[in-house]
Amino acid sequence: MSSETPTKSPEAAPVPPPGPAPVKKRVPQGHQRLLTRRDRITLAFMAGVPTVLHVALVWITALASIALAFTTWDGIGFDSIKWVGLDNFKQLFTDNPQFWPAVQHNIIWFVVLILIPTPLGLFLALQLDKNIRFSRVYQTAYFLPVVVSLAVTGFVWQLVYNPDTGLINSIIGANKPGHYIDWIGDPKLNLWAVLIAASWRHTGYMMILYLAGLKGVDPSLREASALDGANEWQTFKNVIFPTLRPTNTVVLVVTIIEALRAFDLVFVFNKGAQGTELLSILITNNIIGESSRIGYGSAIAVVLLVISLAVIIPYLIATFRKERRA
Amino acid sequence: MSTSTAAAPLKQRTPVRPARVLLHTFLVVTSLAWLAPLLWAIFAALRPYSETSNKGYVSWPDKLTFDNFKNAFEQSDMLHYFGNTLIIAVPAVLLTLLFSSMVAFYVSRFDFRLNIALLLLFTAGNLLPQQVIITPLYRMYLLIDLPGITASGKLYDSALGLVLIHVAFQSGFCAFVLSNYMRMLPHELTEAALVDGASVWRMYWQIVLPLCKPAMAALATLLSIWIYNDFFWAIVLISTGENMPITSALNNLSGQYFTDPNLVAAGALLTAIPTLIVYFVLQRQFVSGLTLGANKG
Repeated sequence: MSSETPTKSPEAAPVPPPGPAPVKKRVPQGHQRLLTRRDRITLAFMAGVPTVLHVALVWITALASIALAFTTWDGIGFDSIKWVGLDNFKQLFTDNPQFWPAVQHNIIWFVVLILIPTPLGLFLALQLDKNIRFSRVYQTAYFLPVVVSLAVTGFVWQLVYNPDTGLINSIIGANKPGHYIDWIGDPKLNLWAVLIAASWRHTGYMMILYLAGLKGVDPSLREASALDGANEWQTFKNVIFPTLRPTNTVVLVVTIIEALRAFDLVFVFNKGAQGTELLSILITNNIIGESSRIGYGSAIAVVLLVISLAVIIPYLIATFRKERRA
Repeated sequence: MSTSTAAAPLKQRTPVRPARVLLHTFLVVTSLAWLAPLLWAIFAALRPYSETSNKGYVSWPDKLTFDNFKNAFEQSDMLHYFGNTLIIAVPAVLLTLLFSSMVAFYVSRFDFRLNIALLLLFTAGNLLPQQVIITPLYRMYLLIDLPGITASGKLYDSALGLVLIHVAFQSGFCAFVLSNYMRMLPHELTEAALVDGASVWRMYWQIVLPLCKPAMAALATLLSIWIYNDFFWAIVLISTGENMPITSALNNLSGQYFTDPNLVAAGALLTAIPTLIVYFVLQRQFVSGLTLGANKG
């Protein structure tokens, strides 16, 4: 699965070695001229088969989501697909008591992730980048939650939050009838409880990304700053943070996508009960629930798609443009 | 790089300083805090239910045993579900690497106009939330009949269906990373081969792929863990509980077989063991795979 949002950035583009004049774009043309007919067929297959698979399962279905959002369909024959215009969206925006809370929760999810675990991950990365001893051991501790599946994370945190037997309530004595604090069921609390678990995981992920970013910071910059008499905070603010710009972009995109994808943890936690509705949960419940409404579910998917593409497209355009210039 | 030269004197210059002690104290405390939920789960899993229901969970243990682990493993036939995961994950990882390296090879070695567009398509597809495509995908899987090929007679509820969606979805990221990697290989390598009359396939299989081993190893590690940890695809695209891979099966098992929280904890931890082993053995590959796309080098 890809609860891990893959990370990509312009910096992945190789930097041509400064030495001899780099061999440039002209060469591939030479490649092409030497190709035999068989080679061309081989190449067409090599690029074609994966592309067809990817397009058929990812893009055709994404487009189908858009098309189906304007219809009703019982899923049985293609003849029963009926065009209903914007009805699904109208219903979604005005009639569905879960929709706006879900949008709100997705936004809260992002805001919390970007405000708490992200700076914390950066802070930890900065500390671990100081050539300290046992750095590996600390890294492993913070990173372990990222390795474990989100489903397992959900179960582990249930043991912490369970109102009867959980760690928190046992410690504070809230596990006796009448004193319950229902971390999982109470709609005022459960989103925050699950966000703590999500942040627990996100911190390690951000730490690793920043740690890799910091490896790319030229040590002489730091020395120069220290020689100029800057203290640690000033060096960070004026020298290190600005050079981390590419990493920051990746982190921002990763965090947005993670907030839009949030699903597993909540599903295991309480199936997206009141208080923890998310767009992804609404779509899924629409499929596996008793009353599957294809057009309606697709309308929610379109909302999610539009938000995602609003982030993905500008990011990728910027990425590939830079890559071309490089 | 100058890192080594700059770091060496620094390292020697750090005897015990108060700032360092403070830093280590901070890091130890936060590390323990980060491990606490997992340690708590292990602690609960090691205790018999009768004891914890009597004395409460926050209490000194009289008895620590692996019984819960043993019972969770046996009662739920966990081996069967590990097998399901294996059937899905192994072909999915291999196919993803094969497909994405072929695309990357094409994109990085042959400047056929298309290549940026193709790469854009793959990467953008990989960044989409899975739920965007799930409704039509689910319907498509129900509509595709494969009598005799899968046990369910459809793409739905089959290991093949899961393998295909994993490959389609993950190859975007891998193609991106591998194409960047392949672009760093000198062009003369393949050019010389072409002039010598080697076929395109030989060029890919015998020259380019062996040079990509480090990147492939990193991606293989990453993919294994991602696919092993997948929860969503299987929850929606598999209907028979028996056919679920282990991570998704956990959701059903916890309701069906495991009645006490200690047993649930043991079951959940058992499913985490393979990922932890892979992570500890291949830590370098895992981390470099994760950051390969994000940073230089």
